[in-house]
Amino acid sequence: MSGILNSSIGRKFAMALSAFFLMFFLLQHFVINLLSVISPETFNEVSYFMGNNPFVQFLLQPVLLIGVLFHFIMGFVLEIKNRKARQISYAKNNGGANSSWMSRNMIWSGGAILLFMIFHFNDFWVPEIVEKYVEGKSQLGKDFHHHVVEMFLDPLRVGVYVLAFVFLALHLLHGFDSAFQSVGANNKYTKGLKTFGKLYAILVPLGFVFIALYHHFFHIH
Amino acid sequence: MNLTLKIWRQKNANDKGKMVDYQISDVSPDMSFLEMLDVLNEQLINKGDDPVAFDHDCREGICGMCSLYINGEAHGPDRGVTTCQLHMRMFNDGDTIYIEPFRASAFPVVKDLIVDRSAFDRIQHAGGFISVNTSGNTIDANAIPVEKHNADKAFEAATCIGCGACVATCKNSSAMLFVGAKVSQFALLPQGQVEATDRVLNMVKQMDEEGFGNCTNTGACEVECPKGISLENIARMNQEYLKASLKG
Ligand code: SF4
Ligand code: FES
Repeated sequence: MSGILNSSIGRKFAMALSAFFLMFFLLQHFVINLLSVISPETFNEVSYFMGNNPFVQFLLQPVLLIGVLFHFIMGFVLEIKNRKARQISYAKNNGGANSSWMSRNMIWSGGAILLFMIFHFNDFWVPEIVEKYVEGKSQLGKDFHHHVVEMFLDPLRVGVYVLAFVFLALHLLHGFDSAFQSVGANNKYTKGLKTFGKLYAILVPLGFVFIALYHHFFHIH
Repeated sequence: MNLTLKIWRQKNANDKGKMVDYQISDVSPDMSFLEMLDVLNEQLINKGDDPVAFDHDCREGICGMCSLYINGEAHGPDRGVTTCQLHMRMFNDGDTIYIEPFRASAFPVVKDLIVDRSAFDRIQHAGGFISVNTSGNTIDANAIPVEKHNADKAFEAATCIGCGACVATCKNSSAMLFVGAKVSQFALLPQGQVEATDRVLNMVKQMDEEGFGNCTNTGACEVECPKGISLENIARMNQEYLKASLKG
């Protein structure tokens, strides 16, 4: 088991495992966001729970942050290594003939998602951490829903979010099956898995876009 | 057909190299791509120029020697063929054709279009074999039952000719399709089980040491492979590698 991250296949596994974790998290995030449309009260309750339960805050949250950082850092490390593996590029290269645009541009879709994450953390996560741990304010009875609706009044912000989800969909369209292939799953179930992956990659980001647009246009308090 | 060829010329491993334009006329659509290059070379020799160096041997699609990155694709625009089986009817009169060597840091250019693919040999030496006891009591391979499905898969993997198109075409210059095929062909057979752990660990280690890139599952290799080696072989190698790492 020693030094598994030093081997190309080990790194591939690690990339895939962090991807599975992030895809699961994304789904969970989506379900909670959807509550903000369906039931503001439940959304407030769940948000309070996620923000104040010690298990979520001090175990799941750090694991998530490590997962996110690992996936980004490893992604960039692999990109640099892969560029070194071909120092002279082709005068003419027809990548479109044999692979999808998504698969060849994971670094760009991933980079766009990183930029978005900084923006998004600054919108929601950082103010909340400051409020809780720096100012020491209790969040009991806080109207999280109101905060979300306010944030999405700004059309510019909605635009940024929608664009980011387009990049996320592009990233997932390759990333979903790719993660399964990396852990060695390529068998009779793969076809069904691929279809499921495409649905996930399109529907989840589309769902997030819907939520952002819903709050922007209907800003129901 | 009349064609414009843009060919990579590089005197030796240390030369910088550059693309050079050539005009060639009266190319028959029935010629193979290599025959077309033969004609070009004859013209160059007659003019007293240095002919274009390119690799080839069997010219029937089985040795894996011919290479070439043609118009942005390994072994050119046709599917399931090597460059020696690529015919000029795939091109049109007046076309400009780019001809470049397979590019990867692990495949350094020797001269013009010839690259050194001995990295593949070293990967094979690291574990791409089975040790057979030849003391006289060797069991006849035909006497060992093999499940048909596995036998077929092993045979498919064994059709890899080690041409390197997978590496050349991969945006990451990864050799995983080649190594996946070589690991799979034994992993699927009873004879391959004995050395399975060491085989996959050693071959992957050698692959990494040679400086091939990291696979990101673009699937380009599978499309460009002249022998139709499937990505399934990479998935199998990944499984074998995980099993071996947990054991060893
Ligand atoms: S896997 Fe295919 S492309 Fe790669 S070396 Fe073998 S035959 Fe050539
Ligand atoms: S020359 Fe042998 S495969 Fe092309």
